[in-house]
Amino acid sequence: MIAETGLVLLWLAASLALLQLAMAIIGLRFDRADIISAVRPVAIVQGLLTALAMGALILLFARTDLSVLLVAENSNVAKPMLYKIAGAWGNHEGSMLLWVTILGLSGAGIALFERRLAERTLIATLGAQALISIGFFAFLLLSSNPFARIWPPPADGRGLNPLLQDPGLAFHPPTLYFGYVGLSVAFSFAVGALVMRDVTPAFARAMRPWALGAWLFLTLGITAGSYWAYYELGWGGWWFWDPVENASLMPWLAATALLHSVTVLATRDGLRAWTVMLAVVAFSMSMIGTFLVRSGVLTSVHAFAVDPERGSFLLALLALYIGGALALFALRIGSVRQGALFDPVSREAGLVLNNLLLSVILGVVLIGTLYPLVAQGMGVQLSVGKPFFDKTIGPVALILMVALAFGPLLRWRSDDPRALLRRMRAPVAAALFALGMLVPFARGISVLPLIGLILAAALAVASILPLWGRNLRRTPLFTWGMVIAHLGVAVAVAGMASESAFTRERLVALHIGQGVQVGPYRVGFAGVRPEVGDNWSGIGGVLTVSRGGETVTLIPQQRYFSDPVTTTNESAILTVADGQLYTVLGERNPDGRWQLRLWWKPLVTLIWLGGGMMALGGLLALIGRVGREWRTKRRRRRIEMGYLP
Amino acid sequence: MTSRMKPKHQRLVLACLALFATLGAGGLALSALKDEAAFFYAPADVAGDLPSPDRAVRLGGMVEKGSVHRLGDGVSMNFVVTDGKASVPVRFTGVAPDLFREGSGVVAEGHFRPDGSFAADNLLAKHDERYMPPQMAGKMAPEMTRPQ
Repeated sequence: MIAETGLVLLWLAASLALLQLAMAIIGLRFDRADIISAVRPVAIVQGLLTALAMGALILLFARTDLSVLLVAENSNVAKPMLYKIAGAWGNHEGSMLLWVTILGLSGAGIALFERRLAERTLIATLGAQALISIGFFAFLLLSSNPFARIWPPPADGRGLNPLLQDPGLAFHPPTLYFGYVGLSVAFSFAVGALVMRDVTPAFARAMRPWALGAWLFLTLGITAGSYWAYYELGWGGWWFWDPVENASLMPWLAATALLHSVTVLATRDGLRAWTVMLAVVAFSMSMIGTFLVRSGVLTSVHAFAVDPERGSFLLALLALYIGGALALFALRIGSVRQGALFDPVSREAGLVLNNLLLSVILGVVLIGTLYPLVAQGMGVQLSVGKPFFDKTIGPVALILMVALAFGPLLRWRSDDPRALLRRMRAPVAAALFALGMLVPFARGISVLPLIGLILAAALAVASILPLWGRNLRRTPLFTWGMVIAHLGVAVAVAGMASESAFTRERLVALHIGQGVQVGPYRVGFAGVRPEVGDNWSGIGGVLTVSRGGETVTLIPQQRYFSDPVTTTNESAILTVADGQLYTVLGERNPDGRWQLRLWWKPLVTLIWLGGGMMALGGLLALIGRVGREWRTKRRRRRIEMGYLP
Repeated sequence: MTSRMKPKHQRLVLACLALFATLGAGGLALSALKDEAAFFYAPADVAGDLPSPDRAVRLGGMVEKGSVHRLGDGVSMNFVVTDGKASVPVRFTGVAPDLFREGSGVVAEGHFRPDGSFAADNLLAKHDERYMPPQMAGKMAPEMTRPQ
């Protein structure tokens, strides 16, 4: 019954989305106030129904109802509860339902809370949102029904890929989807503003929390995903330039650019067309991301179903939305008047530079990601990986860091270049200091990480300078957010550069009782022992790890799963203040030796610490912005009601 | 000294900058792709002409049954990759992935040596029995993709 109810809810929500679109169009076209006023309630109910359908699917997974095809194929009775529930979105159909649920709920959120925008622009925005939802509803109902039954029900399900049985899975996809969908909301606002010819600071202020929220979730998702790949895959790397990773990086780059240009529009009424274009690009990137990951054109743990029909459906949606948005942009942009002007040396110009460099990086990642697919279409098999991205992205990212150091120290509208250079004295001193510190190690380090470390030092100092001479208590929360996020960039880059420059790696085969030195650590191999978990059994290698006097035991494992039959490597990682010791247990050789792969990675943890700081900065900025607007609104209302002079 | 641009002018400058950035990204990417794209080969593809040894490539196929031999250092091994039509000897140093086994699909990353053997830096095995990388499915002789 639950499955049928879920399906009915889904159909109802889809029809309401259709209604929402129709009402928005008719209401705006024929100026019918009665119809316009009904759009908000419809959007709220549509969001609720979609969420209930998602709830039904989660319930089916929690109960392991094996008569439902999706549950039977992706879950089984023995699985721990957390993974049963997470399993609801750990598959193709469920993840698409989650997408449309978040979309519906954010539509409901806008309908409930958004009061700053002109009402007609808001209704156009809700109409655009409904149009996006309809595409995904059609996709679910016509080609990926999550509630399909299977007869007869199997005795037990097929289980979940063991690589995915990790607490990270429970949160990783929803986090990224919040990001993707947040960008779709920003896009809907842009469409609404274009349709109503209302590209104004008020529109920018309404869109900003969504761009900021999307960016925050993408940052979290990418940081968590990177750490997951790092410890779970056992390859010692933290970013592989895998197309699936790029699928999340591209929307992040676009969101980062959007976040900065929307600020120009909101505070200075500049960069109007530019910001609208970025909103279109950001949404296109999240659609391309969804397409790449979900259509099965890529093979990875993310490609649940290799089904050409679904791929074509998603591709058609992608073409329709992006093409439609670009056409609308081309038609209407002539009517968007040029915004406020600024000088070549000004905060605005700095943000334009930021946007240009981010766009270049985005373009390169996009080409590098799509090129193999295009080549495959022409019958050539190739892959584009780390060497390509290091060579292209590395230098541009370093230039971006320089721009990032200067940008926040610039004044709006117009600034004096000489004053700017005076403000840069401390960062330049930090860079020279870092250079001096690095000279003894400079031999054997490649150029890119070396420059990265120096620039990270300069950026760290430059990013806290905006706080200099301010009353810290009265500094607004969003300024704190900016400072912390920019400092996070410096921290993350320092981690990346250090990892790349100073990592020590040993690959050895040891008899029990033997030992080996890696970086500052002495690793002794004390033996192996059996390990057992909820639904796996395995072997653990007992490593005694010492540095100076202290000794710690690390136990990297090999795990064997029965449903489905798989082996996975569980790395064991020792985290200390100045880095991580990363250990992997390989196979047992016929002569009785065990393979061990060991890395000493100095300061590698800074990568994710920096990512976390960026997300925290985003959160503070979001709270600060929303809080300030809420306070102004309350104050204005009080004044209107005569409570205050 | 601040010089103000004419209104029309500034929008034009911004549009030109955007165009320049786009073209720059395209140029940068395409020039790097020429050198850095790693082509995918099946053993039959390299029978006649060998890719240059300084070029990073991928080699995909099945690990031939009975071909895996470990070397004395304990961390290197030799094996043979086949696609049913031709085969290539491979030398790999490192920890083989969990799903690497004889008779199973593998993609080796590395480069060809002048003698026609392959030096692998990294091995990718297929993730689970529910899928086969499309790169491999396309390259393999039909009888090898069917269940035995």
